[in-house]
Amino acid sequence: MIQTTINGTPRQIDTDPGTPLLWVLREQLGLTGTKFGCGVAQCGACTIHLDGQPVRSCSTPASEAEGKKITTIEGLAGADGTPHPLQKAWVEAQVPQCGYCQSGQLMSAAALLRDTPRPSDAQINAAMAGNICRCGTYERIRKAIKAASGQTSVEG
Amino acid sequence: MNKWSRRGFIGAGLLTGGALVVGVAIRPGNPIEKLKGDVAPGADEQLINAWVKIGPDHRITAIVPHCEMGQGAHTALAQMLAEELDADWADVSVMQAPANGAYVVPDAARAFVAAWSVDAPNWLEPTYNGLFTQISKLGDVMITGGSSSVRSTGQHTMRIAGAAARQMLIAAAAETWQVPAADITTENGKLVHKASGKSARFGDFAEAASKQAMPQTPPLKDAAAYKLIGKSVARLDIPAKVNGTAQFGIDAQIPGQKLVYAAVKAPPVPGAKVASMNADAARSMIGITKILNMKDFVAVVADSYWHAQQALNAIDISYTSTDGDALDSAGLGARFKKALDKAGDTGGKALADEGDAPAAFKAAAKQLKADYQVPFVAHAAMEPLNCTAWVRDGQCDIWTSTQVPLMARSAVAKALDLDHDRVTVHQLYLGGGFGRRLETDYTVQAARIAKDIGQPVKMIWSREEDIRQDFYRPADISRFSAGLDAKGKPISWNNAFTQLNDPAGAWDVAHYDIPNRLIRHAEADMHLRFGSLRSVDHSQQGFFIESFIDELAHEAGQDPFAYRRDLLGASPRHKAVLEQVARMANWGEKLPPQTARGIALVKSFGTIVAEIAEVDMRDGKPRVTKVWCCADAGYVVNPDGFAAQMEGGIIYGLTTALYSGITLTQGGVTQSNFHDYQMLRMPDAPEIKTSFINADSKTLGGAGEPGLPPIAPAVTNAIFAATGKRIRALPILQHFA
Repeated sequence: MIQTTINGTPRQIDTDPGTPLLWVLREQLGLTGTKFGCGVAQCGACTIHLDGQPVRSCSTPASEAEGKKITTIEGLAGADGTPHPLQKAWVEAQVPQCGYCQSGQLMSAAALLRDTPRPSDAQINAAMAGNICRCGTYERIRKAIKAASGQTSVEG
Repeated sequence: MNKWSRRGFIGAGLLTGGALVVGVAIRPGNPIEKLKGDVAPGADEQLINAWVKIGPDHRITAIVPHCEMGQGAHTALAQMLAEELDADWADVSVMQAPANGAYVVPDAARAFVAAWSVDAPNWLEPTYNGLFTQISKLGDVMITGGSSSVRSTGQHTMRIAGAAARQMLIAAAAETWQVPAADITTENGKLVHKASGKSARFGDFAEAASKQAMPQTPPLKDAAAYKLIGKSVARLDIPAKVNGTAQFGIDAQIPGQKLVYAAVKAPPVPGAKVASMNADAARSMIGITKILNMKDFVAVVADSYWHAQQALNAIDISYTSTDGDALDSAGLGARFKKALDKAGDTGGKALADEGDAPAAFKAAAKQLKADYQVPFVAHAAMEPLNCTAWVRDGQCDIWTSTQVPLMARSAVAKALDLDHDRVTVHQLYLGGGFGRRLETDYTVQAARIAKDIGQPVKMIWSREEDIRQDFYRPADISRFSAGLDAKGKPISWNNAFTQLNDPAGAWDVAHYDIPNRLIRHAEADMHLRFGSLRSVDHSQQGFFIESFIDELAHEAGQDPFAYRRDLLGASPRHKAVLEQVARMANWGEKLPPQTARGIALVKSFGTIVAEIAEVDMRDGKPRVTKVWCCADAGYVVNPDGFAAQMEGGIIYGLTTALYSGITLTQGGVTQSNFHDYQMLRMPDAPEIKTSFINADSKTLGGAGEPGLPPIAPAVTNAIFAATGKRIRALPILQHFA
């Protein structure tokens, strides 16, 4: 049994310790907002926060969650349901197309803003380079991050 | 291998079925009774016609026969219906139509038939046409592809449906109020009779309206009267896509059922079978339920996908040999060149033959020849292929993300030997389609596994399987020769290439004033299976044609923009688009050293798009920093959504141009995952500026695909302008390694 906290709720996970967190979240806990894209930490679709740090859940064994706090896209909004500023900016900038990669994009961006409240273009590029989007929403993501960090409006 | 045989089937079905009577609505009645259980099960929900329902809360639901894969079709189609209905947009939501024969896409059949050279003079007439519905049923034409949703279903079905529903509401109100229908107006979801001061909301008359006869040819609004079409309304699917609640195929759950999970592996060389396998090590691994040798693939079923995939990786599989085993990319290229050599200057199947291109070439003041080449390209949608299936009691349910739900139903029915009506397809959002999900291979695999194990199963492909078992954009070589007169104007264009699929005429250069043109298909075989990838033949033809035109401009010593413009005298819409993109970019302005711009112009799927790319060569390899894009799609329904599609097409095309090359080793695909099949990422994403021209509100062009074809040549033309190096083979970055 692995003791962990997921989106603020203490949970016990019953799995073999080698199974990546991605599959525990999706198949055992029904938290399907976190996506499978590549299985080898190359695309970022599975990004979650482990004790606040962005990690690729497809390549993070469940055992690493012992005693730690996991946040997934389902827990990104405030406890009262208020959307994260990035979620608002994402809607305002009409970022998603197919939407499949966007949970991972949002989780990477949220980790960036926590550590770097007003990121430069170079900092955004560095933080987001691990997240692939095949629909081509990169520029809107960049705009939404800048808007959420109070640097521009979405139109800017 | 001809994947388009279904077109022949549809055409033949029509031709043997009797005369083609276009523009006559023969669809009897209103299919409400049969559909109500599927789309409006609530006792108080009124289905006004097959494409719109209105609830007692005045909620208006557009029932859309296309999947949503990020292209924004759900919102744009609801917008078009709501426009003609005069609905209040705040009341409008959208639902995916069930995979039911009533929701075939009639215009897709029309397009297929038109492409089959059957005379269809009224094909643009906005009339809901029952004949084509019947044809569509024959061919399971419920397709999301060909950039067709808005220009076809939107124009010819959703608008008609909205206008018809509006008339039915008016007729119902006229009966109750005992006033002439002509005196009732509609606005923002309300019916109003000015003279008596009576008014009501649409929901108040929903039930009465559903009993009215459905008009087949209701009048439609002129563009000047549009209130919703042309507005950037927010996409209806976006809120669920920022909080993890959007349900994609891979997220499928079956209420009350516990799923098991399957991982699969097919032979690396197409056509091979499983010869033998040693699964001893896999059998004892954690969570394994069953190991299946399905002959054309191996499947492992387990309590989780992870366990299934780990066990699959531990199975030692050997495969039967095929003719393709020895083939590598160089061998395939040699085969293509041989086909072109054999065709020579005039051989192969002529697709266009205007004037006398070979004679004009001989007489030309300057002569140019060039071969262009593109590799196989995999789709690599972010959501790996997957399908959930449950077979029991002589029926099968599948849950998946597909662009062709009815074809998936037919393919599963055939594979399991079931009647079509015993197969139900539950559609979820697509985590990208790009043409890969026009195929039904993965749905059939899941259904076969489910039948074998007798319990509900979710099959997921690894990314490696997704890259290696694709229906690829075909590799191709295109050979050109051209002759210029003394002033540099092209007088001869002779072109032959090896791959010809869809859409018709992607090779065409008739918009340019070149008097002698000979264009030929020199067919060459390939063993790798191929399919439609975003913009299909235009993705390679755009690169070929717009690169070679650029070569002509430089050979003539002329500016590439001015050279094209001067050849567009008879194509004013092309010219306007080209001139506008040049204005946007301030074409000709002085640029920093080692920086240059390239331009390209391609019409595809009814939309003319010109793009300019700026390339920075300071690192010794190209970095695309800016892209300007101008499009004429007739009339843009949702400007922001349209811009998003141009941006998407540009990034997808840029990834393909810079990075994408599937190569073969011993007949199988070399690449396997994103480390060796690379994608464009945020640091290399250019700034994109888009504008559009509304030149014709009656005939719309597509949005999903037309942004793609011009970007590769715009970039390679910029590289030439910066360095003098002409890139004639994609992907680009192989030349700068």
